Amino acid sequence: MVPTEYYIALSAVIFTIGAVGVLTRRSAIMIFLSVELMLNAANLALVAFARQWSVLGSGPALSGQAAVFIILAIAAAEVAVGLGILVSIFRYRSSTDVDSLSEVRL
Amino acid sequence: MTDIVSWTVLAPFIALAGAVINGLFGRNLKEPLPGWIASGAVGIGFFLSLLAYFGLLFREEKTVHIPLWSYLSAGNFDLNLGFTVDTLSITMMLIITGVGLLIHIYSIAYMHGDAGFSRYFSNLNLFIAAMLILVMADSYFLMFIGWEGVGVCSFLLIGFWYSDKLNADAARKAFIVNRIGDVGFLLAMFLTFKQFGTLNIATVNEAAGGLIAVSGAVTVIGLLYLLAACGKSAQLPLHVWLPDAMAGPTPVSALIHAATMVTAGVYLVARSAPLFALSPAASTVVAWVGALTALLAAFSALAQTDIKKILAYSTISQLGYMFVAVGCGAYWVGIFHVFTHAFFKALLFLSSGSVIHALGGEQDVRKMGGLGKHMKVTGTTSLVATLAIAGVPFLSGFFSKDAILAHAFNSQLNPGIGNYILYGVLLVTAVLTAFYMFRWYYTVFAGEERMTDEVKTHVHESPRLMTIPLVILAFFSIFAGYFGLPEFAFPNAFAHWIEASTEAPVSFAHPALWLEWLLIGLSVGAAGVGLLAGFWVYHLRNGEPAKNWGETSWAALSRGGLGFDAIYRSVFIRGSENAATSFRSVDTNLIDKGISSGFSGVGFLARAVTLLQTGFVRSYAFTMFVGVALFIIVVAFGGGFK
Repeated sequence: MVPTEYYIALSAVIFTIGAVGVLTRRSAIMIFLSVELMLNAANLALVAFARQWSVLGSGPALSGQAAVFIILAIAAAEVAVGLGILVSIFRYRSSTDVDSLSEVRL
Repeated sequence: MTDIVSWTVLAPFIALAGAVINGLFGRNLKEPLPGWIASGAVGIGFFLSLLAYFGLLFREEKTVHIPLWSYLSAGNFDLNLGFTVDTLSITMMLIITGVGLLIHIYSIAYMHGDAGFSRYFSNLNLFIAAMLILVMADSYFLMFIGWEGVGVCSFLLIGFWYSDKLNADAARKAFIVNRIGDVGFLLAMFLTFKQFGTLNIATVNEAAGGLIAVSGAVTVIGLLYLLAACGKSAQLPLHVWLPDAMAGPTPVSALIHAATMVTAGVYLVARSAPLFALSPAASTVVAWVGALTALLAAFSALAQTDIKKILAYSTISQLGYMFVAVGCGAYWVGIFHVFTHAFFKALLFLSSGSVIHALGGEQDVRKMGGLGKHMKVTGTTSLVATLAIAGVPFLSGFFSKDAILAHAFNSQLNPGIGNYILYGVLLVTAVLTAFYMFRWYYTVFAGEERMTDEVKTHVHESPRLMTIPLVILAFFSIFAGYFGLPEFAFPNAFAHWIEASTEAPVSFAHPALWLEWLLIGLSVGAAGVGLLAGFWVYHLRNGEPAKNWGETSWAALSRGGLGFDAIYRSVFIRGSENAATSFRSVDTNLIDKGISSGFSGVGFLARAVTLLQTGFVRSYAFTMFVGVALFIIVVAFGGGFK
């Protein structure tokens, strides 16, 4: 069986890639994708821990799995809202460059 | 409500209803109608008062108490509102509604065409309601409600033509000066409750009669009520508002500032007779305030040139007489003078109104003269009133003024030389009164005509609606005095009538018969001297001595009302203005500057904080990551999970 640490290491790598993507990309779409990467890194960590607990314990540990489903549902909803905002920003400005979105600054 | 006397309870409420109807709907009514509604409301009140008067006249029990409702009840403190109808209050009610009715009817013609016609009658009815509550109240508390009510109506009616700043200022002055007296009333009420445990007038009077050792508190209460009375009745040193109050319409001056409201102070003292009788000190102060006021106001009337201001000072002076009477313990005499004065002073004011009406608003007596030929009714009735107030024998003013002089002379409340000085002051005042009233009559109605030719062509007698009240008032100015003929030789119904309500332990010396006749002779002499002096100065010498006197500093003193206004202006008004100016500099320099510099610090901070908001989404994200990372590091390595 693959040890849990490997999964966690992979999750950390994916999370870091996502975080760096959020910080370095200027396109809102790419930032959005990076956020999704981070979310799924967290999902991976959750299922890995759930598997570990079910091996150690007597029965299946389902709370980690359940949390993943909740996160997936929330991510789906967030995609709907976030993409909606993105589309309207694009219609308004013909660009999704987040650095130029600073009108409300004093 | 089967008792005919109890029906008077309706009188104030009917007047109030008249005020509400005219106040809310009067604007939509055609002109004379609001006047007749108001007159009707007062007329019903007069009718009810008359019924109650005859009801009381023919029976033994002279006091009827009409409970209304409980105002508040807390612990052992009960405040029950109610009316007391007794001989004293019914007399006042008859004056208020009777003279009030005549003045209402007069006003219909006088206020003809005024834009505020219905507002005027609404205010007038409100005044009648408040004044009736004042005299009918069975407790000091309810009396205070009426007291304040008449003050408000006085304010509203003095400032009736409020678009002129002078009138508005006069109204404010009257209101503020009255407030000073009202403070006295309030403090006196507090002390009364502390001392007697109740505000019910009858209970207080009964308890005061039973007090064995008179405490100083009674004197203090008496002096505080005197302060209140001085404010309302325009006595020294709070008299300054009354001459200015002439800014209101003339019928208002007749009703409020001559016949009724200003006598409230006299009524208050008479109502609390046992309280004042217990404290000779307080009573003596009342008498002396009255005597000084009478003398100084009569002096101030000498050089006035405004037809109404002469009468205003005369009113103050006559009120002073009433104060002397009640201060000497002669309570019925004070009310007797209120009674007769109401007729002839209302008549004087109404005929002034008639003159002002005829001359198109002219009030300066130097531009009048000879009007008696053109205005027969006004001139004749004015002559009756002038002779009555001067104290010519067999007219009403003679009997009441003579009664005051005799009772001041014979008072046993505070026996001693003081009584004779009081008597002397009043006698001198009587001479002055006859003199300035002769001057008033002569300069307005007799002598040469000093009007401009243009005004002369317009002079006319006033309409019937105005002259009929004059005639009725003239009738009473002649005959009202016969209710209270000198006690020592004639039957005197008025004294017994009023004393049924003002029972107090005061006594009067009964000097020899020749002395009584001598006192009467002296007061006749005083009137005669005053009138003859007036005749000599204004008729025989054609006003020459008056013109010479007019240039002296005495005349300037009289014209300025003895400088009370100037003193108050420099002490109180200038003083508070200076205080306000210095407070203002504290406000602008210290408070405003301090706070705004504090606020500029806040603004600076805000500007600094806005620097954090760069507008770059990725920098926010970076900050957030760093923050979360730091948080995790602190929690993980700081032992947060243990």
